[in-house]
Parts: sequence; C-alpha cells; structure tokens
Amino acid sequence: MHKIDYAAIGETLYEGKLSNGLSVFVVPKPGYRKSFACFVTNYGGADRRFTLDGRQVDTPAGVAHYLEHKTFDTPEGNALMLLDAAGANANAFTSESMTAYHFSCTQGFDDDLRTLLNFVSVPYYTQQSVDKERGIIAQELRMYEDDPDNAVYMALMRLLFATNPLRDDVGGTVESIQDITPQVLYDCHKVFYHPSNMALCVVGDVDPEAVERTAAEMLTPDAAPLPGRDYGPEEGLDPVEKRAERRMEVSAPLFMAGLKLGPDRHGPQAHRQRLTAGLALKCLYGRSSPAYLDLYGRGLLNGTFGCSADYAAGEGFVVFGGESKDPEAAVDALLAAAEKVAADGFDRALFDRQKKASYGGSLRALGDFRNLGVSLAESCFAGYRTLDGFEIMRSITCEDASAWVREHIRPERTALSLVLPRQAQEE
Amino acid sequence: MPGAYLTCLQTDKFKTGLLSVNLLTRLSRETAAQNALIPSVLRRGTVKSPDMDALAARLDSLYGARLEPTVRKRGEIQCVGFWADFIDEAYLPDGQGLLEDMAALLGEVLLEPRTRGGLLLSRYVDSEKEKLLEDIRARINDKISYSRYRLTELMCPAEDYAVDVLGTEEEAEAIGYVALTRRYHELLSSSPMEIFYCGGADPARVERAVRDALAAMPRGELDRDLGTDIRMNTVEAQPRYFSDDMDVAQGKLAIGYRLGEAMEDPDMAALRVMNAVFGGSVSSKLFMNVREKLSLCYFASSALDLMKGVMAVISGIEVKDHDQALAEIDRQLQAVKDGDISDEEMAAARLGLVNDLLSAADSAGALESFWLEQNLLGLEYGPEELAALVEDVTREDVVRAAAGIACDAVYFLRGTGEDEDA
Repeated sequence: MHKIDYAAIGETLYEGKLSNGLSVFVVPKPGYRKSFACFVTNYGGADRRFTLDGRQVDTPAGVAHYLEHKTFDTPEGNALMLLDAAGANANAFTSESMTAYHFSCTQGFDDDLRTLLNFVSVPYYTQQSVDKERGIIAQELRMYEDDPDNAVYMALMRLLFATNPLRDDVGGTVESIQDITPQVLYDCHKVFYHPSNMALCVVGDVDPEAVERTAAEMLTPDAAPLPGRDYGPEEGLDPVEKRAERRMEVSAPLFMAGLKLGPDRHGPQAHRQRLTAGLALKCLYGRSSPAYLDLYGRGLLNGTFGCSADYAAGEGFVVFGGESKDPEAAVDALLAAAEKVAADGFDRALFDRQKKASYGGSLRALGDFRNLGVSLAESCFAGYRTLDGFEIMRSITCEDASAWVREHIRPERTALSLVLPRQAQEE
Repeated sequence: MPGAYLTCLQTDKFKTGLLSVNLLTRLSRETAAQNALIPSVLRRGTVKSPDMDALAARLDSLYGARLEPTVRKRGEIQCVGFWADFIDEAYLPDGQGLLEDMAALLGEVLLEPRTRGGLLLSRYVDSEKEKLLEDIRARINDKISYSRYRLTELMCPAEDYAVDVLGTEEEAEAIGYVALTRRYHELLSSSPMEIFYCGGADPARVERAVRDALAAMPRGELDRDLGTDIRMNTVEAQPRYFSDDMDVAQGKLAIGYRLGEAMEDPDMAALRVMNAVFGGSVSSKLFMNVREKLSLCYFASSALDLMKGVMAVISGIEVKDHDQALAEIDRQLQAVKDGDISDEEMAAARLGLVNDLLSAADSAGALESFWLEQNLLGLEYGPEELAALVEDVTREDVVRAAAGIACDAVYFLRGTGEDEDA
C-alpha cells in the first residue's frame, strides 16, 4: 500500500487499489481500543436510472435504501445479528449518493471485516424476505414523514430542482416501494456493488497490509466497467419555484433556504472549491459570524440554525435554516449580509480567525472514526483525498472566500421552504 | 475547595482536550427552568468579553475552541455548567497554555458575568429566556423524545423525576432577572461540583489551572443531601394507561417500568445485560420479535435509568397495531423473567455491552458522561472494569435482575393523520 504522512496533524494514510478496482484506505490509530471499518458503494437514492448490459434501466424511488436493508440477509442469517453476536456495533446508511455498511469493534476485527466484506458482496434475496421488509421500511418512512426537519428539507429540494432525483426522499415513499422485487435488487447489486464502484475504509489500531490482504482474499479479483448513471437534463441555477409552506405539529416556524451551485465537479479542483465554500459559509453564517450573532441577539435565530454546502447527484447546493419566529425577516437579513460581503468582501481579521477555528474544527473531527472513514470514501468517489484538505486550506485567501460569496449567494436565486405550526392557522 | 470533585484522565490519545464543570442541584419544579437558563445567560458575556461577538472572537483565536452550556438530568439531580474542548497543544505551533486559557475562560464565564448594579443583564436574561421557552415548546417536534417525556411526566406524578431537565413553560415564563441573579448566587454557593478533564496535561497541572480559575468561587453551605428517590413499587397495582391524539402519521408507544427489588442492592452489570437482552441491541428480544419477526415497526428498544431504577420501551407503530405490539412487548419481557434466553442471546448481549464500554474509553465525551454518572452513583470503577463485570454475568443474574420489573404506565401518542398504506 502507498503510505502518505501528514506529520503536521499526526496522521498517516495508507491507500491502495486492488486488481478488482476496489479502493482501500487505512488510517492507523495506535493506542485506541476501537476499530472502525466501512464498506461503501458509490450508489445512493439518486442513482435511479442507469445502464445495464447496454439497456437503460429505470428503478423506483427507494431501491438503494431497500437494498441496504436486504443486503444484511445471508444464507447464514442476518449479518447485523452475526456482527452483533460477535460484539461489533454494526449499521448502515443510505444517502442520495452513497450506501455505507459499517461496524466498530474492540476485538476480533479481522473476523468482523470478513463478515462485512462477505455479506455486502454476496447478494441473497428471497421473495419472502423482501416482502417481510416492506412493513419495516414503511414504518421507517412514516417516522420520517412526521419529522419536520425532513419535511422542510424535502420541500426545499423540490423548489430547487426540476427533474433531478434529489427531489425525492432517499427511502422513496410507501407507494414507490410496493413494486420492489428480488430481481430489481439483484440488478442494482450487480451494477453498483462491484468492487470497482466501491471503497473500503478502516480507521483504528490495525495493520494496513492485513486489511488489504483480507479484502483481496474475500472479493473477486476481476474488475468491471463503472456503471453509467443518468440524473436527467442539466439543471440551471434558478430554482423551479421560490417558496413553499406547509403546516405540521411543530412549536415554532421552521425554515430552510437554499441555492444551487451548478454542476458538481470532480478531482482536486473540486476539493479546493468545496473547502472554499465551507470556509466562506463559516465566515458568513457560522456560529461566530456577525450575521448569526446579530440575529441570535435579536431573537430571530436560535441554536437550531445551521448551514452547509452539499454535493450529490451531479449537483452542488447550499442550504441554511433553523427555527425562527419570523423566518422571512431572518432570511432577508441573512441574504443582506451576503450582499454586503459581495460588495465589500469579508473583514480580514474575521476571516483569519475563522480560518484558525476551522483548522481546530477539522482536527477535532479526526477523532470521530466514523466521520473520518465516511469522508475517506466520499472524497475517493469525488476524486480527491480528504486529508489533503489541511494543506489546501492554508492557501485559501480572504479574497477567495469573498469571491465565492459574490458568485454563489444570490438573493434572486434563493428558494425558501417553511414548516409552520398548526395552531397559527386557526388564529 | 469544598464540595468540588475533580476527575482527571491523562491520555495523549486524543487531539482535543475536554474540561467540564458541573454544578449539582436538586431537580425540582420550582428551580429547574431557572437552573437551565443560568449557563446560557452567563455564556452571553463577561466583564472582560461583554458580548457573544467578543467571546466568539476569543474562542476562534484559540483554534476554534468551544465553550458551551450543559444542562443534564441524572436521576433527580440537575447538572448545570459548561464544557470546553480545545485542540491539544501538541498540534499547535503556538498552543502553549491553551489548557490554562480555557480553564480561565470557563471560570470567567461562570464567575464574572456581565452585570449592571450587581444584577445579570435583563437584556441577556430576556433573550435567553425566550430561547429556553422555544426549546421547551420544541419538545413536541421530535415525537419520539416527546413520547418519552410524556411517559415520564405521567408515570411519576408525585416525584421530582417527572420534571423535565429544562423545567416547565410556566416556570420559565415567570423568570425575571432579579430572581435569576439570586438563584445564580445560590447555585454557586450551595452546589457540589463535578469537574472533569480528559487530555494530554498531567493531573497536577490540571488541578492548578482549575484552582486558579475557580479561586473566586463563593462557597457557602453545601447541599449535601442530593440524591434520587428510588421507588420500588408501581404507583397503582395495575399499569395506568395514558394517550394523546396528534395529527401525525405514526403512533408512538412508550412503556414505563419500575425495576423493583433489583434496585435494593443493584448489580449494575447484570441490569445492563438484562436490558441488552430485552431491548437494548439488535440481537435483543424486542428487535428480533417486534421488528424482525412481526414487521410491526422500524424501531423498538428499551433503555434504563439506573439512577432512578426505571426502564422505558419506545416503539413507532401503526395505530392499528397497538394491541399486538403491546402484547408482544409484554410477552418478551416475560420471556426474560422466565430465563427463556438462549446462550447466543446472552453472549451477544455481553459482547455488545463490552464493546460499547471499551469504545467509550476512546471518546472524551463518552468518558465524561460515564464518570459523571459513576461519581453520582458513588461507584469507583471505570468502563474497563465494568466491562469485566459484564463478562461474568450469567443467565441467573439476568433473571434475578428482571424479577421485580413491573409495568407502571403505558403512554400512546395516537396518530390521527392519514394512515392508509397504499
């Protein structure tokens, strides 16, 4: 494996690529009891239309997530139980752009790793087990239906995107999952769960070479072509509609505003762009930004406020939101702050402080094994190395951050999604 | 310093150090909201850094160090204060003395708030009070934790345990800055303190930094009777049943139990294994049966509060499945009591707990929370020692731990939204 030293932050990265195309990453953590591994496929809720053996396949919303649930089935029983029985803490998640299977354990790492590689790479679905899962997933989706944070976010995605599958919930709907059959799951597994389309990331006190050896032993040696995906026609920068509201059982209005950043790029240049976006947003709307502190002091924002730049299904977008007694006033003030930065640029002292704080925050995040493991996979799929970020950050200037805000945070392109309390309707 | 207890774990494993100061006070309806509000008001500004902008600038300059209010409920004790985390000096070019800086800042926020005429600033109090009220009202937004909160409130009507960690809306609304200043002084002078540090500095240095930072702490007569009233028996002979209707898609079933005689001389390891077998993991009886076998839910789990001697089960279900779910949960608890537990179930429960406990040793936050609870329980063993005890727990121990469990109350958040599956 190829070894890269990041002396300044006290980390070492081992990376390798197997003959089958699998990317393997290991960050050793000497002295820790816990080891973490995730086996991740570059396949998420948004990857619904693809090419299989030369033909175009359309799948219903929610297949990637359904597949995640059913991947745990093996002829020997449920792999989640097998890992649990071995004392490992295992789980999985599906996002718009990836599906990750992960575990952490304090003993028996190699056995658990074998279990992980085995159950994810070998498909096993029966009609009975696929049918049985429908009730469980339906309850999961019903749980999200009642989640106001999810509701306000999904409504925003529908305001922003005209055709991109980001419009739909990762899990689909109770209706869309009705027609999912074992065959659909086998097809999707065949296309997306090939090692060529996957990454294995390990963080812990382990031997990197042994991880690579185990992966090579457990998986097919043959490579496969990468799947072709189709997210529909390119989206412009303007939202489809600018405002949506609905009523739910919530105590206070919830808002989420968003803007599109245009097509998502690939490679180190994208990395720099993402870091610039993150730092600019921290300066603009972070916890110690003048805009946030002002609105916090005026009672228009509270600790639920957050903002981020996200990238999925070929698109980049910014979202920011939280609770507010007057969401419109809060959003107006936040956008006015962006216009001011667009005109005058960031205050240099503020920028320098935020950059310093950002370094501390990123360093802190290295202690979170799961977060580190997942971001290794995420950056691999996006064509860069997450740990290079510490070095890149040093070269991002105040002017870069100001220019980013000027180009991207445009009031006229902003869409606003609201969830309002039910009582207010009756007043 | 009287009534101040420092737990210090030195390790160079982490890239960040953690320091927390917790004032311990009785959880009561009268003061819970005030206590919950105090750290947030203090966090608004000090004599030296008079507003949040100034504090934020200081923290950013300390490499994005964080200093946040913490308000926790442990049994019938309310723990309020601050936690700070900051980059370990080994990773900083000019990081000398970050621990001292952060301890001093913590002390400053705790002891030297911005005041006018000796009173906390009414502007800060009003603003934070508004946010506390928002938080209290926001309990309803997360239907799972709301159900847990309603269950506790309804199950323990005559116990302080019923009081939510943030207090009630009525008490919060009544808060004024004069009374809050008085409560702040009471809290400082009468509360025992739990101080926790985890990071690269040696204990002597930590003790010195903390002593210096808290030197001006006014100490009066300490509340030494703090504790939690553990009731062995249910409120009535039969479980009480409560429900609320709400326009939501999914119903939430919450069931509260008293642990009973097992709390007389509690075997903490056996109780934890019992919970893991019943509903604390994916190999548990609740997960295997209510979810995997009957497909009634996405989640069904149990959780213990060992300080209070209670257990709660929560599950999200269709309204029509209410009776079936309730009966199944009851059946699974009976199976635990009967010792109808396979060797595999026992092994999975033990291994899972051992893994959780050993993993806790890898996280400063988890260690802080673990030791706060151990100290409040008067227990001296760490996560590794507890893991060793867990390994020795037998089926008979689990049966003994479960023997006295009695259902005290059932709460159902009944969804009245459209619940027709397509």
